[in-house]
This record gives sequence, structure tokens and C-alpha cells, in this order.
Amino acid sequence: MEDAVNAKNRRWALGIIGFFALVSVATYAYSEYYLYLSAYLWFGLIYGMCLQYGRFCFASAFRDLFAVGVPRMVVGIMIATVLFGLVSAFVSATGMSTFHAAPTGVHATIAGLIFGVGMVFAGGCASGSLYKAGEGKGVAMIVILSISVTQAIFVDIGGWFNKLVPDAWRASAIAKKLPPSVTVTDGWVDQYLAGYVWNQPIRKFSKLLGMTDTSLSGAFIGDFLVGVVIPATILLLIVYFFWYRKGYRKKHHPGAAGATSLRQEATGYWTMIMSSKRTAIAGLVLGIACGLQMFVIEGLRIKYGVKNAGPLLSKMGFDFGLSVKGTVFDPGYWYVTTQEAQWVGWILQKLGWDNMDNIFFGLNNGIPNPAINPADWMSLALIGGAAVMALLQNEFKWSKPTWELATWAIIGGALMGIGSRLGLGCNVGAFFVRVAMGDTSGWLFGIGMIGGAYIGVKFFNWWTERKLAKEMASVQF
Amino acid sequence: MAMKFEKKSDGVYLLDCKGYVCPHPQIYTKKALEKLKPGDVLELVFDNASSSETITAMMDAAGHEIVEQKHEGGQYIWKIRKVA
Repeated sequence: MEDAVNAKNRRWALGIIGFFALVSVATYAYSEYYLYLSAYLWFGLIYGMCLQYGRFCFASAFRDLFAVGVPRMVVGIMIATVLFGLVSAFVSATGMSTFHAAPTGVHATIAGLIFGVGMVFAGGCASGSLYKAGEGKGVAMIVILSISVTQAIFVDIGGWFNKLVPDAWRASAIAKKLPPSVTVTDGWVDQYLAGYVWNQPIRKFSKLLGMTDTSLSGAFIGDFLVGVVIPATILLLIVYFFWYRKGYRKKHHPGAAGATSLRQEATGYWTMIMSSKRTAIAGLVLGIACGLQMFVIEGLRIKYGVKNAGPLLSKMGFDFGLSVKGTVFDPGYWYVTTQEAQWVGWILQKLGWDNMDNIFFGLNNGIPNPAINPADWMSLALIGGAAVMALLQNEFKWSKPTWELATWAIIGGALMGIGSRLGLGCNVGAFFVRVAMGDTSGWLFGIGMIGGAYIGVKFFNWWTERKLAKEMASVQF
Repeated sequence: MAMKFEKKSDGVYLLDCKGYVCPHPQIYTKKALEKLKPGDVLELVFDNASSSETITAMMDAAGHEIVEQKHEGGQYIWKIRKVA
């Protein structure tokens, strides 16, 4: 029976991979420019497989640490970040980076805080929800929908919300002299972006140390060593001393009541790093793949003589939904939330909502048809990759959400959607990628995200305690 | 499906977290074990794959013993003996 299930799962897994292969070959036969979209697709598939294999969820990193004292995911994420940082340093030093640093300011921490609460409520971060959707979890699909809808509405909301915009933001936004199709004074997010965020400094660790980020020293010492390795090591040391060390000593050195040797501490630290092999392996492959994607996408841009997928889509005959600059969202690396906003934005547009007059869609990202949106290919393939891995491990299972979980999914997804737009990205775009690239705003978002996770855990501790007490009331111990 | 906790027999308790995603199964497991006496067995049922890694790590750190692990059709049925 079990063998029959496994064989069926394997057939489905092969079917999914075969489908993506067919899409790549057929679309390439139609137009060679589809190779650009296929590159996104195959990296998405790798990300999905890695995330599912390592149960790799940024939400669980600090949530599990605060809630149940388990550090495995913080470790996994730091491994992935360091590996990604190393490959990124190489990519930056060769001039092939597709990364653009974000403005640094307190807004990143506030955004991270809102996002952090949301990811604990939702039961998964933005990327975690994608891979869990690939496991057949209905609640993850609700989270994705909630993130997508919230963002699409939030970036275009004006009217009464314009009254909440400080005068200085409005004046500064007007002074930017944006194209007339973008009504910058109508929309809270527009004025937040053009009137506040864009005025904040862009800081990379390499530049703070007086280096250029495309130089060997800037990329490897400034952005990688100082910006990634040292903070990640310190963070893991904090996790080791506050959450792991006591249990490790109790188990491995039960008699050592007093001081332990440096060698013992180093062994304990390394044991923590290797405590979950699955997570460590996933982090390793993920980190390398993330760096390689930049290299591949930049290579394709050079091959086709473009700096963005917008002109390629035009050449392929798709000119609907391009931004006023003729561009579409095309990060060149792993990203999650913007494409989620785009597909809902596209539907809203089709239903008659004029949402191309805002900065997010109209000036920067456009709302191309999801079927030819490069980043959407990546996200869909990520879900497919997670499904492949879940099927191969006999972990795929369709599950309907309960009303309780659906409620948390909607609330959490909405908070993540708002946090993403305030922070210009999610746990991947605003934290993982920026930290790995030596962008100081990545760590600021991360600090907020950790704080948000702590608040979310405090709430869930209260909530579950209440529910369990009710359930245990009739049990005689 | 709502979370269920019941006594199966003397010293054996059932915690059913089917349908729940993170962080619910791990938090309920931790809280349920806190209520049990050393030597008691908790039969834990859940179907959220990512919780399995976390609960394994939790048990390892706390010293509780996972005496039986079954994984069928995406569902996990584990028996955990509280040690201390």
C-alpha cells in the first residue's frame, strides 16, 4: 500500500517537473526571449525544493526560539545568508550584481515589526507560505491571498488616508516632479515613498568603510565580512548562550557545574550549527542558488541587451501593464511579495480599478499579465518545487483550513502585506537579500522582524494557554 | 478540526493537533508536556511537516524520549515519554 502511494507520488512529482520542462521548451520554441522567464522558473523550482526539504521558514526562526527554545531555523537562515553573501560578494566583485540597495531608516524597523507580528499570526513568512501551499496547505493559500490583496489595495489607497500624510512628505513628493500619469498627491504610500523613503540615505557596509561595493575589498571585506559574517556570528553566539548552551551542557557535560573550556564551548557552538542537517543542507544550497540567480539573470540581460524585462515583453508582443518607464518588476534575484501584489493588481485593473496612477504599479513595477510576469514564474515554480519535494517525501496532503486558522491567516497575511510595502520587501527581499548584499537596511528590517516575532509569540502563548486550559478542564491527571 | 486533549488510560494522554500549522503543534506539545507527570506518555497526532523538525529538537533539548514515530499519509503519530 505504502509503495503504491510512493509510486503515485513519484509520478506526480515527475509530472510537475515535466510540466515545467514542457513550458520552458515550448515557450522557447515560440520566442527565445522566454528563456529569461524560464531562468526565473528553474530558480523558483530550486528554492521551493530547498525550502520544503529544510522546512525553511523565516517565521519559525525566531518564533520557535521564543516559543519553544529551538534555534535550528535561526541557524539555517544564518547559514543560507552567509553562503548567499559569499556568492553575492563574488557576483558584485565581477560587476554582475542585479542588486539595488534600499534607503536606510527607522521605517525599515517599523515595517519589520509589523511584518514579524504578521508572520507569526499567519503561521509562516511570505516564502514559507509559498512552500507550504506546495505541501497542499489551504491555510497557506489564504495567507498568500491575504498578502496579495492587502498589498494591491494598500499601495493605491488615497482619499481619507491622504489626510494622514505629513505636509513635509507631500511637499517633498511634489518636488520630485514625477510623470503626470502618477498622481503622487493622491495615495498614502505614494507620498510615503516619494516624500519620505526616497529621502533616506542608501548605505552599504562597503561604502561606510570607504570602499566601493564592486571592488574585491568592498565586496568581500566590507559587505561580506563586516556586513554578513560578523553580525551573523554574533547573532548565533547570542542564540547559543541564551537558548542552546544550558541544554547542551546538561546533556554533554552533566558534571561541569562551573566553567567550561573554550574547546567545549566551541564544540557546543558547532553542535548547534549542525543540529539540523536538513536545515543546514537547505541553507547551503539556497544560499548558493540565490547568488547564482543574479549571475544568470545579469548574463541574460547582457545577452539580450536590456536592463529590465519590460523591453523583452514588448518584443514578445506584450505591452499591457508596463510601467510609465516601460519596465516591469524584474528584481534579478529571489523576491516574493511584489509579484503577489501584481497579480491581484492585474485582476483589479481588469475589473475597472485604475491602479496605474500610483508609484508602486505605475512608475516602477507595472502589472503585466501574470502568465508572462517573470517573478510570477518564479513564485509558481517555487510552489511546484515544494510540491515535488513534499510528494517525494510522502508529505503532500491537501488540508482545508479551520475557521480559527483562516482568521489568523487573513490577519497575519494583511500585516505581512502592509509590512512588505512599508519595508519595500518581505523576509526575503527586505531581509535575506539585503543582509546578504551588505545593505544596512536589511539588518534594520531584521531587528524589527525579531521584535514582531516576540510580540506574536507572546500573544500565541496566551491564546494557546487559554485554549488548552479549557480542553484540559475535564481531564483527571 | 479543533485541537483535542484527552486521557486515554492511566499515564497516557492524547494531543490531537491535526489541521494545525506552525506554531500551534509545537506550542501545544510543550504546554501539554508541562502538565504531565514524569513517566507519563503523550500520544501526539499532527499533520504539519515542519512541526516535526521543531518538535524533535524540542524533545532532544528537554530530554524527553520519543518512544514511537509513525508517519502515514502525511499524518504524524508520535509517542513521547516525559522524562523530567
